[in-house]
Amino acid sequence: MGCSMKVSLFITCLSDAIYPRVGEAMVRLLARYGVMVEFPSVQTCCGQPAFNSGYWKEARVTARTIIESFEDCDFVISPSGSCTGMIHHYPKLFEEDPVMHEKALKLQSKSYEFSQFLVNVLGVTDVGATFAHKVTYHPSCHGSRLLGVKEEPLALINHVKGLEFVPLPFAEDCCGFGGTFAVKMPEISGAMVTEKSDHVKETEAEVLVGLDMACLLNIAGNLRYRNEPVRVMHLAELLYEGVKQA
Amino acid sequence: MSGGGHGHSNGATVKERADIALNNDFLRKAVKFTTERLKGGKLKATDEHGNWEEWRERGKQIRLHTVAHLDYYLNQFVDNARANGVHVHFADTAEEAVHISLSIAERKKAKTVVKSKSMVTEELHLNHALESIGVDPIETDLGEYIIQLAGETPSHIIIPAIHKNRYQIADLLSVDAGETLEPDTQVLAGYVRRKLRTKFLEADIGMTGCNFAIAETGSMVLFENEGNARMVTTVPKTQITLMGMERIIPSWADLEVMATLLPRSATGQKLTVYMSGITGPRRSEDADGPDEMHIIIVDNGRSLQLGDPEFQELLNCIRCGACLNACPVYRHIGGHAYGGTYSGPIGAVLKPSLQKNVAEWDDIANASSLCGACYEACPVKIPLHDMLIYLRRRKIEQGHGDKVEAAGMKGFAAIMSKSGRFKTVLKLGKLGQKLVARNGEIRIKVGPLKGWNSYRVTPSLPKKSFRDGWGTLEAELRHGLQEIAPEARARMEQIVKDRAKGGGHGHGHG
Repeated sequence: MGCSMKVSLFITCLSDAIYPRVGEAMVRLLARYGVMVEFPSVQTCCGQPAFNSGYWKEARVTARTIIESFEDCDFVISPSGSCTGMIHHYPKLFEEDPVMHEKALKLQSKSYEFSQFLVNVLGVTDVGATFAHKVTYHPSCHGSRLLGVKEEPLALINHVKGLEFVPLPFAEDCCGFGGTFAVKMPEISGAMVTEKSDHVKETEAEVLVGLDMACLLNIAGNLRYRNEPVRVMHLAELLYEGVKQA
Repeated sequence: MSGGGHGHSNGATVKERADIALNNDFLRKAVKFTTERLKGGKLKATDEHGNWEEWRERGKQIRLHTVAHLDYYLNQFVDNARANGVHVHFADTAEEAVHISLSIAERKKAKTVVKSKSMVTEELHLNHALESIGVDPIETDLGEYIIQLAGETPSHIIIPAIHKNRYQIADLLSVDAGETLEPDTQVLAGYVRRKLRTKFLEADIGMTGCNFAIAETGSMVLFENEGNARMVTTVPKTQITLMGMERIIPSWADLEVMATLLPRSATGQKLTVYMSGITGPRRSEDADGPDEMHIIIVDNGRSLQLGDPEFQELLNCIRCGACLNACPVYRHIGGHAYGGTYSGPIGAVLKPSLQKNVAEWDDIANASSLCGACYEACPVKIPLHDMLIYLRRRKIEQGHGDKVEAAGMKGFAAIMSKSGRFKTVLKLGKLGQKLVARNGEIRIKVGPLKGWNSYRVTPSLPKKSFRDGWGTLEAELRHGLQEIAPEARARMEQIVKDRAKGGGHGHGHG
């Protein structure tokens, strides 16, 4: 066992600034399996707001910070399917720059969303957690559709003791976040998130869990606006809380 | 200007039109009801059929191949169709297509034209043109008949009157009938069927669209459920078929794949009630069919996609409408909000692409959360969610972006280019939010938070960001860290080894 595996954390700007508790839960959970992540502090944002709005020159500036942050590690893990998905766009973003293009492909091949890494790399589906609550799950679009992360979170949820899982009706429907979409088209986005919260309410779940804080910021914000007492958590938070309780 | 796209809803921008739709409960309920039914039907039908991903891939490959060799297959189709006795015409623009159609109608001294459902004739605004020379166009597809009565345009590629409920439809048809009709589907359809019987018999020309054109025999194929297209193509003496130049597929063997993909994706049917293959006009031994048959092949902006690597796949579209049914935005705002002939995700990309109208690109392309449901639903895997981003980018690159947004994005890039700057901005944010945050929440509805906070509460920034707390957390966890389990370590090493060897990029679906 000569070589040591270097696993780096891509925290994402949203979890860094607003939801440090998600990053902390994720890091603590991984440490239980002997994975001590590195945190390259030069990282900032994946650049998705600029990329999706069509400002690719600006997106390249921030994408470069991410590519440089993770050049010398073996695995990059992040608490967001969407930001990991953005890394999958980097090769296209740098298609006219052969050096950066190659680096982008390298980064893409070693980037994992949190549940993907836990299940497919570490081989863990039962973290030994207990969480005696009624829980529903919203599969975020980019994670589930573009990265294909579908089975992993469900496998993790199904192994939590005491947890009562209620499937979310129309779970695959977008919550209406869409980054700048929510700001540019607030009424359409508002209609979408309202419908999503309606479905969450229908399940009568105490907890809504997901894999992307942007979507959860949106849904939680709407539930709170409507005074619905649903607790909204990232899966890493739920698992870590459950491990502490076990 | 051609194809100006008169959506039914007023409003200059997609946002204004969407707001009108969002305040129309009838429309929202009707659209939601039917799209959910179609979406569910599609999932059921594709599950039952099995191996759906392989069928999609096969469909995509057929379309990619055909469009890559479109000149070859078009020539083959035209040669064969002419050999079958069809008059084939080419129209570069909408005006030309309209001109050719009207010339035929004038030469035939036509008084009425019966039409089966055709999106390309909608794109050309052909009904208006026919009316302008005194020819009465009669839509014979039930949904099209309804919206023609209402003086509207289709709001869905395959369900034109999706935005109306049966009570609204009963009202419209009652006026047409001059008597009160019950809002019962059987009664309403029965009325239209009886009424149209005589129209088929009287019509001088039958006009159709085309689902697929088969190059190897010069045939055209129509999928339909009501039998009206069969009437349109057998009763009148003259038939005019309008087809987009990309409707071609090479062979009948390819049609098998398309016939598997199209009805299932469109309505969840294994096959439509009627599928008609038409090879030329009536022969002497045929009992019925038109004596004269015309096919007008329409470009109208389609060829602009050829050779454009980001948009050529648009021509692969088989017009099934699955992306509309899957789209969460379409469900809330309906088709008219898109402001063009084609609506939903495909319309949002197709309209600006056919017109290459840079100034308007951003308008419709912004009405998407980029969730990718359209791509997932598409039977030929067109990456519409990526194309929407390309449209946005091209507008920016050509200097048509919003100035305030552009300044904002410059600022964003400047901040995010250095983690130190990002930290400073977070610090400033924490200071600034003291003015507006209460109990960890921000509820004010001003500036950029106006729209967002009209539906949500925003959490305030916590005291410490992740990076602020990292040093302490790291020190704590490093203390007494255990070894990675041997199997996990072996797997990690294997993954790294395979990566170096295979150069395989992306373990996910990326």
